[in-house]
Amino acid sequence: MAENQSYYVPEQSKWPIIATVGLGVTLYGVASIMVNAQQGESTTGSWVMFFIGSLIMAYMLFGWFGSVIREGRAGLYSDQMERSFRWGMSWFIFSEVMFFAAFFGALFYVRVFAVPWLGGEGDRGSSNMLWEGFQATWPLIQNPDPEAYPPPEATIGPWGLPLVNTILLVTSSFTITVAHHALKAGNRTKVKIWMIATILLAIGFLVLQAEEYIYAYQDLNLTLDSGIYGSTFFMLTGFHGAHVTLGTLMLFIMLMRINKGHFTADSHFGFEAAAWYWHFVDVVWLGLFVFVYII
Amino acid sequence: MAVTGVFMSAVADTHAQDHHHGPAKGFSRWLLTTNHKDIGTMYLIFSFTMFLLGGTMAMVIRAELFQPGLQIVQPEFFNQMTTMHGLIMVFGAVMPAFVGLANWMIPLMIGAPDMALPRMNNWSFWLLPCAFLILVSTLFMQGGAPNFGWTFYAPLSTTYGPPSTTFFIFAIHIMGISSIMGAINVIATILNLRAPGMTLMKMPLFVWTWLITAFLLIAVMPVLAGVVTMMLMDINFGTSFFDASGGGDPVLFQHVFWFFGHPEVYIMILPAFGAVSHIIPTFSRKPLFGYASMVYAVGAIALLSFVVWAHHMFTVGIPITGQLFFMYATMLIAVPTGVKVFNWVATMFRGSLSFEAPMLFAVAFVILFTIGGFSGLMLAIAPADFQYHDTYFVVAHFHYVLVPGAIFGIFASAYFWLPKWTGHMYDETLAKTHFWLSFIGMNLAFFPMHFLGLAGMPRRIPDYALQFADFNMVSSIGAFMFGTTQLLFLLIVVKCVKGGKEAPAKPWDGAEGLEWTVPSPAPYHTFATPPEVK
Repeated sequence: MAENQSYYVPEQSKWPIIATVGLGVTLYGVASIMVNAQQGESTTGSWVMFFIGSLIMAYMLFGWFGSVIREGRAGLYSDQMERSFRWGMSWFIFSEVMFFAAFFGALFYVRVFAVPWLGGEGDRGSSNMLWEGFQATWPLIQNPDPEAYPPPEATIGPWGLPLVNTILLVTSSFTITVAHHALKAGNRTKVKIWMIATILLAIGFLVLQAEEYIYAYQDLNLTLDSGIYGSTFFMLTGFHGAHVTLGTLMLFIMLMRINKGHFTADSHFGFEAAAWYWHFVDVVWLGLFVFVYII
Repeated sequence: MAVTGVFMSAVADTHAQDHHHGPAKGFSRWLLTTNHKDIGTMYLIFSFTMFLLGGTMAMVIRAELFQPGLQIVQPEFFNQMTTMHGLIMVFGAVMPAFVGLANWMIPLMIGAPDMALPRMNNWSFWLLPCAFLILVSTLFMQGGAPNFGWTFYAPLSTTYGPPSTTFFIFAIHIMGISSIMGAINVIATILNLRAPGMTLMKMPLFVWTWLITAFLLIAVMPVLAGVVTMMLMDINFGTSFFDASGGGDPVLFQHVFWFFGHPEVYIMILPAFGAVSHIIPTFSRKPLFGYASMVYAVGAIALLSFVVWAHHMFTVGIPITGQLFFMYATMLIAVPTGVKVFNWVATMFRGSLSFEAPMLFAVAFVILFTIGGFSGLMLAIAPADFQYHDTYFVVAHFHYVLVPGAIFGIFASAYFWLPKWTGHMYDETLAKTHFWLSFIGMNLAFFPMHFLGLAGMPRRIPDYALQFADFNMVSSIGAFMFGTTQLLFLLIVVKCVKGGKEAPAKPWDGAEGLEWTVPSPAPYHTFATPPEVK
């Protein structure tokens, strides 16, 4: 990129207000779906609203990122601008780490304090009087009030499907790194092959995770309503899965851009940003694998 | 909007290479802008509107509490008022005001052409009216608005909350997205766009405090998102995060909430610390005493703010070891804060002082915020807190740190920088009137609350025992006075925007910094070429 370039400041843009309307309509729609469902009322209108909002968001994402890509390829971005993007993506990923930290923190508190106290341990152990006979174990397959929260019959052991998923994700972190090196070396065919490999591994993960959820719901009676084990299990793995889905979408878009001839050996921040996000998703999974499945 | 016409006149372009035009005409200018000055203005106008709305709710509260008995509103509605007053003031008035000040002043102070990511900046702003439209609309929903206090503890907010709670949760999500993106923008701007020669330790204090505030925002707003999501799941999907019968714990809510909540209150005060660190040296005509220690103190406060959250939970049943740890850590924060207060006073010592409106608010800030800090120290003492918790003593404490703290900091900043924004001096006599009426009103409103709390009056009640009547009446009178005075501030600002004595680039002779080198009003585009900083 050029040296003495001034910092690009776009003059005006319609994307922020479109994004606002899109996000507002989408989330208002989601809220309406939930509230109407709770009250036994029709959710059709709410689903329509959600759908329209999502379309607006999709339109906005294409449009806004499209503008950024066009501006970048037109040479409007100085090195300093690229540094802004790097800082931006890094801090965004940090915010996502903190989001997961809240749920890991909840898991930690429940396992180390809440459940043992309910089981009668320590100073707070008088809670055991509320649900006599409650045993504090983890995984918690026996809830204090099994009528309100029917417990799961079993939990998912780490060494079956979760282990396969771990191998898939860790491998995909390797494949994307190979793709990145290929990009830096200017070998476009190699980049495409290794990106496709990464995406296939990602899709494999998602398919297996969906299978696991179906198995949990149908065969193990492990659901969101199964008490705190189910709650934390699905919250952590569910948000992780959502982030993998987003990450896979990002990887797919990078592949499309590579096919179109975007990126050069020294300038490919979009690819790097997607790769960073992918590694983040992988690291969160490792945390999950250890703290949700194994320990 | 009549106001836009005046800002549009500020179109002097001051440099050669120039594909910049002036601002666009018409309403769409404000929807499509990427300009940090426009966006700063929008944040400030939005914030003041929310301040008046939240303030109206406070007037309803104080009207009901003027006398014992239930005269004006139903208790259910009273609870909605206390809840919405808190939410609107915290998320709609204080935080957006500081973001507005950041948007206006940070690029000017560091010699940058705009914020790092200008389009995202505008998105951050416009998300706020969207979120507050949703939040305020809950007042009109079946079951009413959120009525469980601004801290929305489970299970009151989950099992027993009105249907509008789900909408409240999504409004919070939208506000969170706005704040996180805004904070990312601030950090990228400060770390990346400083003029050559401006090392970190040459940055103005307002920039430093915002850098640290932005870090706090990025770290804890996602945790707030996490806790409201767990709430959403408990309400709508049968999870048991906060339900002990499923193995969860209502106290879990409090831990996750306050992990966000405590850094949040520092988010609401650090920018005021920064602004005051500009204003006091200016009107003392002396450099800030102890620049380096001021920077380290803010860093220490921010770091410590992560490990004190459970001082909001002393009475909830946490183990004694926890109570002791959080008590000591909380008392420790008084040390760097004390360093700052000392340095502000030392800056004034033997200075050539003058007391225009910004200085009046800044000095009142130092004294009254310190009083709020003292009541905070009292609350930090865990055994004593068993007496104070959930009484009006707490209400007194946080209103002292937020009103003469954050709000006076915002007023001080507004008066300080209005000449730069508008090109006119504000009416000094009216401004001083605004100050004195606010000062007296605020103290009348909140000082008696210390006594009410110590005498045992609980929080969040629409009616109270007879022995609390006199101080409640005084407090309500003070509140009405404070509230009415803010209409004077509106008048002062509108008058200043429309006209007034022409302001030079540097209207305050003691002022230092790059922002005072550009004309008043600041041109639409400034520092397209960064200046050299010695």
